[in-house]
Amino acid sequence: MASVALSEAEKVYIVHGVQEDLRVDGRGCEDYRYVEVETDVVSNTSGSARVKLGHTDILVGVKAEMGTPKLEKPNEGYLEFFVDCSANATPEFEGRGGDDLGTEIANTLYRIFNNKSSVDLKSLCISPREHCWILYVDVLLLECGGNLFDTICIAVKAALFNTRIPRVRVLEDEEGSKDIELSDDPYDCIRLSVENVPCIVTLCKIGYRHVVDATLQEEACSLASLLVSVTSTGVVTCMRKVGKGSLDPESIFEMMETGKRVGKVLHASLQSVLHKEESLGPKRQKVGFLG
Amino acid sequence: MAMEMRLPVARKPLSESVGRDTKKHLVVPGDTITTDTGFMRGHGTYMGEEKLIASVAGSVERVNKLICVKALKTRYNGEVGDIVVGRITERRRSAEDELAMRGFLQEGDLISAEVQAVFSDGAVSLHTRSLKYGKLGQGVLVQVSPSLVKRQKTHFHDLPCGASVILGSNGFIWIYPTPEHKEEDAGGFTANLEPVALADREVISRLRNCIISLVTQRMMLYDTSILYCYEASLPHQIKDLLKPEIMEEVVMETRQRLLEQEG
Repeated sequence: MASVALSEAEKVYIVHGVQEDLRVDGRGCEDYRYVEVETDVVSNTSGSARVKLGHTDILVGVKAEMGTPKLEKPNEGYLEFFVDCSANATPEFEGRGGDDLGTEIANTLYRIFNNKSSVDLKSLCISPREHCWILYVDVLLLECGGNLFDTICIAVKAALFNTRIPRVRVLEDEEGSKDIELSDDPYDCIRLSVENVPCIVTLCKIGYRHVVDATLQEEACSLASLLVSVTSTGVVTCMRKVGKGSLDPESIFEMMETGKRVGKVLHASLQSVLHKEESLGPKRQKVGFLG
Repeated sequence: MAMEMRLPVARKPLSESVGRDTKKHLVVPGDTITTDTGFMRGHGTYMGEEKLIASVAGSVERVNKLICVKALKTRYNGEVGDIVVGRITERRRSAEDELAMRGFLQEGDLISAEVQAVFSDGAVSLHTRSLKYGKLGQGVLVQVSPSLVKRQKTHFHDLPCGASVILGSNGFIWIYPTPEHKEEDAGGFTANLEPVALADREVISRLRNCIISLVTQRMMLYDTSILYCYEASLPHQIKDLLKPEIMEEVVMETRQRLLEQEG
Protein backbone atom coordinates (compact mmCIF):
# COMPACT_ATOMS: atom_id res chain seq x y z
CA MET A 1 0.00 0.00 0.00
CA ALA A 2 1.27 3.51 -0.66
CA SER A 3 2.67 5.05 2.46
CA VAL A 4 3.75 8.45 3.69
CA ALA A 5 6.59 9.18 6.07
CA LEU A 6 5.45 10.83 9.29
CA SER A 7 7.39 12.12 12.25
CA GLU A 8 6.79 10.63 15.70
CA ALA A 9 5.14 13.82 16.90
CA GLU A 10 2.71 13.84 13.98
CA LYS A 11 1.75 10.23 14.69
CA VAL A 12 1.20 11.02 18.37
CA TYR A 13 -1.01 13.95 17.40
CA ILE A 14 -3.13 11.76 15.10
CA VAL A 15 -3.48 8.95 17.64
CA HIS A 16 -4.54 11.28 20.45
CA GLY A 17 -7.00 12.99 18.12
CA VAL A 18 -8.67 9.71 17.25
CA GLN A 19 -9.09 8.85 20.94
CA GLU A 20 -11.06 12.08 21.32
CA ASP A 21 -13.15 11.45 18.17
CA LEU A 22 -11.72 14.47 16.34
CA ARG A 23 -9.58 13.54 13.37
CA VAL A 24 -7.14 15.87 11.62
CA ASP A 25 -9.74 17.03 9.08
CA GLY A 26 -12.49 17.49 11.67
CA ARG A 27 -14.30 14.20 10.96
CA GLY A 28 -15.51 11.80 13.63
CA CYS A 29 -14.33 8.21 13.75
CA GLU A 30 -17.28 6.96 11.68
CA ASP A 31 -17.47 9.70 9.05
CA TYR A 32 -16.59 9.21 5.43
CA ARG A 33 -15.01 11.81 3.22
CA TYR A 34 -17.09 13.30 0.48
CA VAL A 35 -17.68 10.82 -2.38
CA GLU A 36 -18.36 11.47 -6.06
CA VAL A 37 -19.81 8.70 -8.21
CA GLU A 38 -20.37 8.71 -11.94
CA THR A 39 -21.29 5.80 -14.19
CA ASP A 40 -21.05 5.20 -17.92
CA VAL A 41 -17.81 7.12 -18.37
CA VAL A 42 -16.06 4.66 -20.71
CA SER A 43 -17.94 4.23 -23.96
CA ASN A 44 -16.65 0.90 -25.22
CA THR A 45 -17.48 -1.14 -22.15
CA SER A 46 -20.69 -2.86 -21.12
CA GLY A 47 -20.66 -0.84 -17.91
CA SER A 48 -18.28 1.51 -16.15
CA ALA A 49 -18.03 3.73 -13.11
CA ARG A 50 -15.65 6.25 -11.62
CA VAL A 51 -15.54 6.96 -7.90
CA LYS A 52 -13.60 9.71 -6.14
CA LEU A 53 -13.24 9.57 -2.37
CA GLY A 54 -11.02 12.38 -1.11
CA HIS A 55 -7.76 11.86 -3.00
CA THR A 56 -8.54 8.28 -4.04
CA ASP A 57 -9.71 7.91 -7.65
CA ILE A 58 -10.86 4.56 -9.07
CA LEU A 59 -12.13 3.68 -12.53
CA VAL A 60 -13.91 0.35 -13.16
CA GLY A 61 -14.89 -1.07 -16.52
CA VAL A 62 -17.02 -4.19 -17.06
CA LYS A 63 -16.99 -6.09 -20.33
CA ALA A 64 -19.40 -8.92 -21.01
CA GLU A 65 -18.12 -11.66 -23.30
CA MET A 66 -19.46 -15.03 -24.27
CA GLY A 67 -17.61 -18.10 -23.20
CA THR A 68 -17.99 -21.63 -21.86
CA PRO A 69 -19.13 -22.15 -18.29
CA LYS A 70 -16.82 -23.68 -15.73
CA LEU A 71 -17.00 -27.47 -15.49
CA GLU A 72 -18.13 -27.56 -11.86
CA LYS A 73 -20.85 -24.95 -12.41
CA PRO A 74 -22.37 -25.64 -15.83
CA ASN A 75 -25.50 -23.54 -15.29
CA GLU A 76 -23.80 -20.33 -14.31
CA GLY A 77 -21.70 -17.56 -15.76
CA TYR A 78 -18.90 -16.00 -13.71
CA LEU A 79 -16.93 -12.85 -12.97
CA GLU A 80 -13.22 -12.29 -13.52
CA PHE A 81 -11.45 -9.48 -11.67
CA PHE A 82 -8.29 -7.70 -12.65
CA VAL A 83 -6.81 -4.79 -10.76
CA ASP A 84 -4.25 -2.50 -12.34
CA CYS A 85 -2.32 -0.22 -9.99
CA SER A 86 -1.11 2.36 -12.46
CA ALA A 87 2.07 4.32 -11.83
CA ASN A 88 -0.11 7.44 -11.99
CA ALA A 89 -1.43 6.69 -8.55
CA THR A 90 1.81 6.91 -6.64
CA PRO A 91 5.52 6.58 -7.55
CA GLU A 92 5.70 3.31 -5.58
CA PHE A 93 3.69 1.63 -8.32
CA GLU A 94 6.30 2.25 -10.97
CA GLY A 95 7.21 -0.77 -13.05
CA ARG A 96 6.12 -3.92 -11.23
CA GLY A 97 5.72 -2.22 -7.88
CA GLY A 98 1.94 -2.24 -8.07
CA ASP A 99 1.54 -5.91 -8.99
CA ASP A 100 1.50 -7.25 -5.43
CA LEU A 101 -1.15 -4.84 -4.31
CA GLY A 102 -3.14 -5.52 -7.47
CA THR A 103 -3.16 -9.27 -6.87
CA GLU A 104 -4.12 -8.76 -3.22
CA ILE A 105 -7.08 -6.59 -4.13
CA ALA A 106 -8.20 -8.95 -6.91
CA ASN A 107 -8.07 -11.93 -4.53
CA THR A 108 -10.13 -10.03 -1.97
CA LEU A 109 -12.72 -9.23 -4.64
CA TYR A 110 -12.91 -12.90 -5.64
CA ARG A 111 -13.47 -13.84 -2.02
CA ILE A 112 -16.27 -11.43 -1.35
CA PHE A 113 -18.10 -12.39 -4.54
CA ASN A 114 -17.61 -16.09 -3.91
CA ASN A 115 -21.06 -16.91 -2.60
CA LYS A 116 -24.43 -17.77 -4.08
CA SER A 117 -26.24 -14.55 -3.48
CA SER A 118 -23.90 -11.66 -4.35
CA VAL A 119 -24.59 -11.75 -8.06
CA ASP A 120 -27.22 -13.93 -9.68
CA LEU A 121 -24.85 -16.02 -11.79
CA LYS A 122 -27.63 -18.19 -13.17
CA SER A 123 -28.97 -15.21 -15.09
CA LEU A 124 -25.65 -15.10 -16.93
CA CYS A 125 -26.15 -18.54 -18.40
CA ILE A 126 -27.19 -18.76 -22.04
CA SER A 127 -27.28 -22.50 -22.62
CA PRO A 128 -26.07 -24.93 -19.93
CA ARG A 129 -22.62 -26.41 -20.42
CA GLU A 130 -22.14 -24.56 -23.68
CA HIS A 131 -22.49 -20.83 -23.50
CA CYS A 132 -22.55 -18.29 -20.76
CA TRP A 133 -21.68 -14.67 -20.12
CA ILE A 134 -18.35 -13.94 -18.49
CA LEU A 135 -18.07 -10.50 -16.92
CA TYR A 136 -14.51 -9.17 -16.96
CA VAL A 137 -14.30 -6.52 -14.27
CA ASP A 138 -11.21 -4.33 -14.67
CA VAL A 139 -10.26 -1.92 -11.91
CA LEU A 140 -7.84 0.92 -12.56
CA LEU A 141 -6.28 2.89 -9.70
CA LEU A 142 -5.84 6.44 -10.87
CA GLU A 143 -4.86 8.03 -7.60
CA CYS A 144 -4.16 6.56 -4.19
CA GLY A 145 -5.22 8.60 -1.17
CA GLY A 146 -5.99 5.97 1.43
CA ASN A 147 -8.93 3.59 1.84
CA LEU A 148 -8.55 1.72 -1.44
CA PHE A 149 -10.74 -1.30 -0.72
CA ASP A 150 -13.89 0.66 0.13
CA THR A 151 -13.64 2.84 -2.94
CA ILE A 152 -12.95 -0.09 -5.24
CA CYS A 153 -16.00 -1.95 -3.99
CA ILE A 154 -18.25 1.07 -4.38
CA ALA A 155 -16.96 1.49 -7.94
CA VAL A 156 -17.45 -2.21 -8.76
CA LYS A 157 -21.02 -2.11 -7.47
CA ALA A 158 -21.77 1.06 -9.46
CA ALA A 159 -20.22 -0.42 -12.62
CA LEU A 160 -22.22 -3.65 -12.26
CA PHE A 161 -25.36 -1.56 -11.79
CA ASN A 162 -24.51 0.26 -15.02
CA THR A 163 -23.71 -2.94 -16.97
CA ARG A 164 -25.95 -3.70 -19.90
CA ILE A 165 -25.66 -7.22 -21.33
CA PRO A 166 -27.18 -7.75 -24.78
CA ARG A 167 -30.14 -10.05 -24.85
CA VAL A 168 -29.51 -13.25 -26.83
CA ARG A 169 -31.73 -16.06 -27.97
CA VAL A 170 -30.70 -19.60 -28.66
CA LEU A 171 -32.30 -21.00 -31.81
CA GLU A 172 -32.28 -24.68 -32.42
CA ASP A 173 -32.84 -25.98 -35.90
CA GLU A 174 -33.85 -29.46 -37.10
CA GLU A 175 -30.38 -31.02 -37.02
CA GLY A 176 -29.97 -30.00 -33.40
CA SER A 177 -27.22 -27.42 -33.98
CA LYS A 178 -27.67 -24.28 -31.97
CA ASP A 179 -27.39 -20.75 -33.19
CA ILE A 180 -27.10 -17.68 -31.04
CA GLU A 181 -29.02 -14.69 -32.19
CA LEU A 182 -28.33 -11.21 -30.93
CA SER A 183 -31.27 -8.89 -30.64
CA ASP A 184 -31.43 -6.15 -33.30
CA ASP A 185 -32.31 -3.39 -30.89
CA PRO A 186 -29.09 -2.09 -29.26
CA TYR A 187 -31.01 -0.99 -26.19
CA ASP A 188 -32.52 -4.42 -25.58
CA CYS A 189 -30.37 -5.58 -22.70
CA ILE A 190 -30.54 -7.41 -19.47
CA ARG A 191 -29.40 -5.67 -16.32
CA LEU A 192 -27.87 -7.27 -13.28
CA SER A 193 -29.51 -6.97 -9.93
CA VAL A 194 -26.96 -5.46 -7.56
CA GLU A 195 -29.15 -5.61 -4.46
CA ASN A 196 -26.92 -8.14 -2.76
CA VAL A 197 -23.55 -7.00 -4.04
CA PRO A 198 -21.49 -6.37 -0.90
CA CYS A 199 -19.35 -3.36 -0.07
CA ILE A 200 -16.16 -3.42 1.94
CA VAL A 201 -15.79 -1.27 5.03
CA THR A 202 -12.18 -0.92 6.19
CA LEU A 203 -11.75 -0.30 9.90
CA CYS A 204 -8.27 0.76 10.99
CA LYS A 205 -7.31 0.34 14.60
CA ILE A 206 -5.58 3.47 15.89
CA GLY A 207 -4.76 3.46 19.59
CA TYR A 208 -7.81 2.13 21.44
CA ARG A 209 -10.38 3.11 18.84
CA HIS A 210 -11.03 2.30 15.23
CA VAL A 211 -11.71 4.64 12.35
CA VAL A 212 -13.57 4.30 9.09
CA ASP A 213 -12.18 5.72 5.85
CA ALA A 214 -8.62 6.37 6.93
CA THR A 215 -6.39 8.77 5.02
CA LEU A 216 -2.84 7.78 4.10
CA GLN A 217 -1.50 9.52 7.22
CA GLU A 218 -3.96 7.66 9.47
CA GLU A 219 -3.11 4.35 7.82
CA ALA A 220 0.54 5.00 8.67
CA CYS A 221 -0.42 5.24 12.37
CA SER A 222 -2.49 2.08 12.40
CA LEU A 223 -0.92 -1.32 12.97
CA ALA A 224 -3.91 -3.49 12.15
CA SER A 225 -7.07 -3.16 10.09
CA LEU A 226 -10.16 -5.22 9.55
CA LEU A 227 -11.84 -5.46 6.17
CA VAL A 228 -15.51 -6.33 6.55
CA SER A 229 -17.60 -7.06 3.50
CA VAL A 230 -21.25 -6.17 4.17
CA THR A 231 -24.40 -6.37 2.05
CA SER A 232 -27.16 -3.79 2.11
CA THR A 233 -29.10 -5.74 4.74
CA GLY A 234 -26.15 -5.88 7.11
CA VAL A 235 -25.11 -9.47 6.37
CA VAL A 236 -21.36 -10.03 6.57
CA THR A 237 -20.04 -12.05 3.64
CA CYS A 238 -16.34 -12.00 4.39
CA MET A 239 -13.88 -10.61 6.88
CA ARG A 240 -10.13 -10.17 6.61
CA LYS A 241 -7.47 -8.79 8.87
CA VAL A 242 -4.53 -6.91 7.39
CA GLY A 243 -1.50 -5.41 9.03
CA LYS A 244 1.40 -6.43 11.23
CA GLY A 245 -0.30 -5.77 14.57
CA SER A 246 -2.70 -7.94 16.50
CA LEU A 247 -6.35 -7.47 17.35
CA ASP A 248 -8.02 -8.86 20.44
CA PRO A 249 -11.37 -10.63 19.96
CA GLU A 250 -13.40 -7.88 21.66
CA SER A 251 -12.01 -5.28 19.28
CA ILE A 252 -12.81 -7.52 16.35
CA PHE A 253 -16.40 -7.86 17.53
CA GLU A 254 -16.77 -4.09 18.03
CA MET A 255 -15.23 -3.35 14.65
CA MET A 256 -17.54 -5.84 12.98
CA GLU A 257 -20.60 -4.18 14.52
CA THR A 258 -19.38 -0.76 13.39
CA GLY A 259 -18.72 -2.20 9.95
CA LYS A 260 -22.28 -3.51 9.69
CA ARG A 261 -23.76 -0.21 10.80
CA VAL A 262 -21.62 1.87 8.49
CA GLY A 263 -22.10 -0.58 5.62
CA LYS A 264 -25.87 -0.22 5.69
CA VAL A 265 -25.64 3.56 5.43
CA LEU A 266 -23.05 3.23 2.65
CA HIS A 267 -25.35 1.01 0.61
CA ALA A 268 -28.33 3.29 1.14
CA SER A 269 -26.38 6.36 -0.06
CA LEU A 270 -24.99 4.52 -3.07
CA GLN A 271 -28.40 3.21 -4.09
CA SER A 272 -29.95 6.65 -3.90
CA VAL A 273 -27.16 8.25 -5.97
CA LEU A 274 -27.33 5.52 -8.63
CA HIS A 275 -31.10 5.80 -8.91
CA LYS A 276 -30.86 9.58 -9.07
CA GLU A 277 -28.31 9.35 -11.87
CA GLU A 278 -30.50 6.92 -13.76
CA SER A 279 -33.55 9.11 -13.38
CA LEU A 280 -31.69 11.92 -15.14
CA GLY A 281 -31.89 9.77 -18.24
CA PRO A 282 -29.61 9.55 -21.29
CA LYS A 283 -29.63 13.34 -21.69
CA ARG A 284 -27.65 14.03 -18.52
CA GLN A 285 -24.45 16.05 -18.71
CA LYS A 286 -21.51 13.73 -18.29
CA VAL A 287 -18.64 15.28 -16.40
CA GLY A 288 -16.09 12.58 -17.17
CA PHE A 289 -12.41 13.39 -16.87
CA LEU A 290 -12.31 16.95 -18.14
CA GLY A 291 -14.81 18.44 -15.73
CA MET B 1 -22.14 8.85 11.33
CA ALA B 2 -22.07 10.85 8.16
CA MET B 3 -21.82 9.66 4.62
CA GLU B 4 -22.40 11.80 1.62
CA MET B 5 -22.40 10.59 -1.95
CA ARG B 6 -23.23 12.66 -4.90
CA LEU B 7 -22.90 13.00 -8.66
CA PRO B 8 -19.92 15.05 -9.83
CA VAL B 9 -20.43 18.64 -10.89
CA ALA B 10 -18.30 20.27 -13.56
CA ARG B 11 -16.04 22.95 -12.12
CA LYS B 12 -16.93 26.52 -13.03
CA PRO B 13 -14.04 28.48 -14.57
CA LEU B 14 -12.67 30.81 -11.87
CA SER B 15 -12.96 34.05 -13.85
CA GLU B 16 -16.76 33.76 -13.82
CA SER B 17 -16.97 33.64 -10.07
CA VAL B 18 -14.28 36.21 -9.43
CA GLY B 19 -15.26 38.91 -11.94
CA ARG B 20 -11.81 40.34 -12.48
CA ASP B 21 -11.74 43.58 -14.43
CA THR B 22 -8.18 43.35 -15.70
CA LYS B 23 -7.63 40.24 -17.74
CA LYS B 24 -4.26 38.64 -17.15
CA HIS B 25 -2.13 37.98 -20.16
CA LEU B 26 -1.75 34.21 -19.96
CA VAL B 27 0.79 32.38 -22.07
CA VAL B 28 1.95 28.82 -22.62
CA PRO B 29 5.50 27.73 -23.60
CA GLY B 30 6.15 28.79 -27.18
CA ASP B 31 3.71 31.72 -27.20
CA THR B 32 5.01 35.03 -28.51
CA ILE B 33 4.88 37.70 -25.83
CA THR B 34 5.90 40.65 -27.95
CA THR B 35 7.79 41.44 -31.14
CA ASP B 36 9.17 44.68 -29.66
CA THR B 37 12.91 44.13 -29.09
CA GLY B 38 13.28 47.07 -26.73
CA PHE B 39 12.38 45.03 -23.63
CA MET B 40 14.77 43.30 -21.28
CA ARG B 41 14.22 39.56 -20.85
CA GLY B 42 13.26 38.32 -17.40
CA HIS B 43 12.65 34.84 -15.98
CA GLY B 44 10.50 32.53 -18.05
CA THR B 45 11.31 34.07 -21.43
CA TYR B 46 13.84 33.63 -24.20
CA MET B 47 14.70 35.43 -27.39
CA GLY B 48 14.06 33.62 -30.66
CA GLU B 49 13.63 34.84 -34.23
CA GLU B 50 13.45 38.52 -33.31
CA LYS B 51 10.65 38.07 -30.82
CA LEU B 52 10.28 37.36 -27.12
CA ILE B 53 8.87 33.87 -26.47
CA ALA B 54 7.59 32.39 -23.23
CA SER B 55 9.28 29.28 -21.85
CA VAL B 56 6.84 28.53 -19.01
CA ALA B 57 3.06 28.55 -18.66
CA GLY B 58 1.93 31.53 -16.64
CA SER B 59 1.02 35.20 -16.65
CA VAL B 60 3.11 37.95 -18.19
CA GLU B 61 4.37 40.61 -15.77
CA ARG B 62 5.85 43.86 -16.95
CA VAL B 63 7.86 46.26 -14.82
CA ASN B 64 8.96 49.24 -16.96
CA LYS B 65 11.31 47.68 -19.47
CA LEU B 66 11.54 44.23 -17.90
CA ILE B 67 9.19 41.47 -19.08
CA CYS B 68 9.01 38.18 -17.26
CA VAL B 69 6.56 35.28 -17.09
CA LYS B 70 5.48 34.14 -13.66
CA ALA B 71 4.63 30.46 -13.69
CA LEU B 72 1.26 29.54 -12.17
CA LYS B 73 2.26 26.16 -10.84
CA THR B 74 5.88 25.25 -10.49
CA ARG B 75 8.41 23.38 -8.42
CA TYR B 76 9.84 25.38 -5.59
CA ASN B 77 12.85 27.51 -6.58
CA GLY B 78 14.91 28.31 -3.51
CA GLU B 79 16.00 31.83 -2.72
CA VAL B 80 18.42 32.86 0.00
CA GLY B 81 16.55 33.90 3.12
CA ASP B 82 13.38 31.86 2.49
CA ILE B 83 11.87 29.97 5.38
CA VAL B 84 11.07 26.39 4.45
CA VAL B 85 9.51 23.42 6.21
CA GLY B 86 10.96 20.09 5.19
CA ARG B 87 10.91 16.40 5.97
CA ILE B 88 14.10 14.40 6.44
CA THR B 89 14.08 11.62 3.84
CA GLU B 90 17.69 10.48 3.78
CA ARG B 91 20.75 11.10 5.84
CA ARG B 92 24.47 10.80 5.47
CA ARG B 93 25.71 7.59 6.97
CA SER B 94 28.96 8.14 8.79
CA ALA B 95 30.05 7.07 12.25
CA GLU B 96 30.07 10.54 13.81
CA ASP B 97 26.68 11.27 12.32
CA GLU B 98 25.23 8.09 13.80
CA LEU B 99 26.46 8.92 17.28
CA ALA B 100 25.64 12.57 17.37
CA MET B 101 22.63 13.39 15.25
CA ARG B 102 20.47 10.29 15.53
CA GLY B 103 19.50 11.22 19.06
CA PHE B 104 18.04 14.48 17.83
CA LEU B 105 16.79 14.01 14.29
CA GLN B 106 15.38 10.86 12.66
CA GLU B 107 14.22 10.06 9.15
CA GLY B 108 10.69 11.34 8.73
CA ASP B 109 11.09 14.28 11.11
CA LEU B 110 9.85 17.68 10.10
CA ILE B 111 12.08 20.70 10.51
CA SER B 112 11.83 24.41 9.82
CA ALA B 113 14.93 26.15 8.49
CA GLU B 114 16.19 29.06 6.48
CA VAL B 115 17.81 28.84 3.06
CA GLN B 116 21.51 29.69 3.36
CA ALA B 117 22.71 29.15 -0.20
CA VAL B 118 21.44 27.97 -3.55
CA PHE B 119 23.56 25.73 -5.78
CA SER B 120 23.62 25.97 -9.54
CA ASP B 121 21.68 22.73 -9.99
CA GLY B 122 18.82 24.08 -7.88
CA ALA B 123 19.70 22.32 -4.63
CA VAL B 124 19.55 24.48 -1.51
CA SER B 125 21.54 24.35 1.67
CA LEU B 126 19.62 25.08 4.87
CA HIS B 127 20.61 26.31 8.28
CA THR B 128 18.77 26.70 11.57
CA ARG B 129 19.97 30.05 12.78
CA SER B 130 18.36 30.07 16.19
CA LEU B 131 16.20 27.92 18.41
CA LYS B 132 13.21 29.39 16.62
CA TYR B 133 13.99 26.91 13.84
CA GLY B 134 14.57 23.20 14.22
CA LYS B 135 12.51 20.09 14.81
CA LEU B 136 8.75 20.51 14.74
CA GLY B 137 6.57 18.88 17.37
CA GLN B 138 2.89 17.97 17.26
CA GLY B 139 0.75 19.51 14.58
CA VAL B 140 -0.61 19.13 11.08
CA LEU B 141 1.22 19.50 7.77
CA VAL B 142 -0.58 20.74 4.65
CA GLN B 143 1.18 20.57 1.29
CA VAL B 144 0.22 23.19 -1.28
CA SER B 145 1.69 24.59 -4.48
CA PRO B 146 4.66 26.91 -3.70
CA SER B 147 3.31 29.63 -5.97
CA LEU B 148 0.38 30.18 -3.61
CA VAL B 149 2.49 31.19 -0.60
CA LYS B 150 2.86 34.95 -0.54
CA ARG B 151 6.32 36.37 0.11
CA GLN B 152 6.19 38.27 3.39
CA LYS B 153 8.50 39.71 6.04
CA THR B 154 7.81 36.90 8.44
CA HIS B 155 6.49 33.43 7.87
CA PHE B 156 5.90 32.49 11.49
CA HIS B 157 2.45 33.63 12.55
CA ASP B 158 0.69 33.33 15.91
CA LEU B 159 -2.94 33.61 14.91
CA PRO B 160 -5.39 35.12 17.41
CA CYS B 161 -7.74 32.17 17.01
CA GLY B 162 -5.47 30.03 19.17
CA ALA B 163 -3.03 28.22 16.89
CA SER B 164 0.21 29.12 15.16
CA VAL B 165 1.22 28.57 11.58
CA ILE B 166 4.49 28.42 9.64
CA LEU B 167 4.06 29.23 5.93
CA GLY B 168 7.01 27.54 4.28
CA SER B 169 7.97 29.11 0.95
CA ASN B 170 8.24 25.62 -0.50
CA GLY B 171 4.53 25.07 -0.06
CA PHE B 172 4.69 23.08 3.18
CA ILE B 173 2.40 24.71 5.74
CA TRP B 174 2.75 23.65 9.36
CA ILE B 175 -0.11 24.27 11.80
CA TYR B 176 0.58 23.70 15.49
CA PRO B 177 -0.85 24.61 18.88
CA THR B 178 0.59 27.88 20.23
CA PRO B 179 3.03 27.04 23.02
CA GLU B 180 1.88 28.51 26.35
CA HIS B 181 5.25 29.75 27.47
CA LYS B 182 6.89 32.31 25.26
CA GLU B 183 10.35 30.70 25.66
CA GLU B 184 9.33 27.44 24.05
CA ASP B 185 9.27 27.99 20.33
CA ALA B 186 8.35 25.69 17.51
CA GLY B 187 11.94 24.61 17.02
CA GLY B 188 14.60 23.27 19.31
CA PHE B 189 15.34 19.56 19.29
CA THR B 190 13.03 17.99 21.84
CA ALA B 191 9.41 17.47 20.90
CA ASN B 192 6.59 17.82 23.40
CA LEU B 193 4.50 14.65 23.17
CA GLU B 194 1.76 15.47 25.68
CA PRO B 195 -1.82 15.29 24.39
CA VAL B 196 -3.08 18.51 22.85
CA ALA B 197 -6.34 19.92 24.27
CA LEU B 198 -9.57 19.35 22.32
CA ALA B 199 -10.24 23.07 21.84
CA ASP B 200 -6.81 23.55 20.24
CA ARG B 201 -7.41 20.54 18.02
CA GLU B 202 -10.63 22.01 16.73
CA VAL B 203 -8.86 25.26 15.85
CA ILE B 204 -6.09 23.36 14.07
CA SER B 205 -8.50 21.18 12.09
CA ARG B 206 -10.56 24.19 11.10
CA LEU B 207 -7.44 26.06 9.95
CA ARG B 208 -6.37 23.05 7.94
CA ASN B 209 -9.69 22.86 6.14
CA CYS B 210 -9.65 26.63 5.55
CA ILE B 211 -6.20 26.47 3.99
CA ILE B 212 -7.33 23.63 1.72
CA SER B 213 -10.40 25.65 0.68
CA LEU B 214 -8.24 28.67 -0.18
CA VAL B 215 -5.90 26.48 -2.19
CA THR B 216 -8.72 24.83 -4.16
CA GLN B 217 -9.90 28.29 -5.17
CA ARG B 218 -6.31 29.34 -6.01
CA MET B 219 -6.10 32.17 -3.49
CA MET B 220 -2.79 33.44 -2.14
CA LEU B 221 -1.95 32.25 1.36
CA TYR B 222 -0.84 34.76 3.97
CA ASP B 223 -1.80 35.44 7.56
CA THR B 224 -4.66 37.83 6.78
CA SER B 225 -6.31 35.61 4.15
CA ILE B 226 -6.08 32.57 6.44
CA LEU B 227 -7.50 34.51 9.37
CA TYR B 228 -10.42 35.95 7.40
CA CYS B 229 -11.17 32.51 6.01
CA TYR B 230 -11.15 31.08 9.53
CA GLU B 231 -13.60 33.71 10.72
CA ALA B 232 -15.86 33.16 7.69
CA SER B 233 -15.90 29.43 8.39
CA LEU B 234 -17.04 29.67 12.03
CA PRO B 235 -20.79 29.25 11.32
CA HIS B 236 -20.11 25.86 9.69
CA GLN B 237 -19.09 22.60 11.25
CA ILE B 238 -15.44 21.69 10.73
CA LYS B 239 -16.16 18.59 8.68
CA ASP B 240 -18.66 20.45 6.48
CA LEU B 241 -15.80 22.60 5.21
CA LEU B 242 -14.76 19.68 3.04
CA LYS B 243 -17.86 20.00 0.87
CA PRO B 244 -17.36 21.99 -2.36
CA GLU B 245 -20.33 24.35 -2.00
CA ILE B 246 -19.40 25.35 1.55
CA MET B 247 -15.77 25.80 0.47
CA GLU B 248 -16.88 28.15 -2.28
CA GLU B 249 -19.12 30.14 0.02
CA VAL B 250 -16.43 30.61 2.65
CA VAL B 251 -13.77 31.62 0.14
CA MET B 252 -16.17 34.03 -1.55
CA GLU B 253 -16.75 35.77 1.77
CA THR B 254 -13.00 35.87 2.43
CA ARG B 255 -12.38 37.41 -0.97
CA GLN B 256 -15.03 40.08 -0.29
CA ARG B 257 -13.46 41.02 3.03
CA LEU B 258 -9.98 41.20 1.52
CA LEU B 259 -11.20 43.45 -1.28
CA GLU B 260 -12.96 45.73 1.21
CA GLN B 261 -9.83 45.92 3.30
CA GLU B 262 -7.69 46.91 0.34
CA GLY B 263 -10.21 49.37 -1.03
